[in-house]
Amino acid sequence: MAVKVIIPTPLRPYAGKQESVEMEAGNVREALKGLTTRFGELKKHLYSDDGRLRSFVNVYVNDEDIRYLEKEETQLRDGDIVSIVPSIAGGTGK
Amino acid sequence: MSGTTLRISDALIRRIHAHGVETYPFECCGALLGKDSETSREVIGLLPLANRRDDSPRNRFEVTPGDVQKAEKKAREMRVEVIGWYHSHPNAPARPSEFDREHAWPWYSYVIVSVEASEARDTKSWRLRDDRSAYDAEVIESIAQSASI
Repeated sequence: MAVKVIIPTPLRPYAGKQESVEMEAGNVREALKGLTTRFGELKKHLYSDDGRLRSFVNVYVNDEDIRYLEKEETQLRDGDIVSIVPSIAGGTGK
Repeated sequence: MSGTTLRISDALIRRIHAHGVETYPFECCGALLGKDSETSREVIGLLPLANRRDDSPRNRFEVTPGDVQKAEKKAREMRVEVIGWYHSHPNAPARPSEFDREHAWPWYSYVIVSVEASEARDTKSWRLRDDRSAYDAEVIESIAQSASI
């Protein structure tokens, strides 16, 4: 399926400064794998060392959070828009 | 990312301090709206946001994806970008914690204000290294009043 992946501003320097990337993918996992294969520097910012999406990385398919769909197994259709949206967290942690 | 400079007016720094004092002893947070270039970036305005970490606001903060999108919309209206985020460290130094580093995005400027006894003590800006190993301090350069929002 031909989909468009929207890259958030802080990750664009690692994705050829592009706002979006077109690619073929059957589900969200394939789309993200295609993205990190094409732009290897993105991987450490999207995934933790154990290979899971980082907690502050949110992925939407056509404005719907994949956590409420089938997560990374969410199927994609032609023309779908996959958006990576940051959440911001931190603090003293004490 | 070392050697970068964040340009911001004293008036906007005072607003960040005021937000940190207002929410003390809880952490405050908000967006930095401005313009970015290769060597420096300038804060044009702020968007104070609610700390969504209701369970632990004394030592944590969170900006939801919805609030991030709200900040990006505001930035687009102003024809600028979300160039970073600010938050307070109540009773702790203005340097990133390990928890900050684990949750950080690259590229953004992270301004931290230390607040002790209801008073803003110190303000610093930081940027995550490309390899996520640590933060580098960013020079804060005071500029004339921006067209703040």
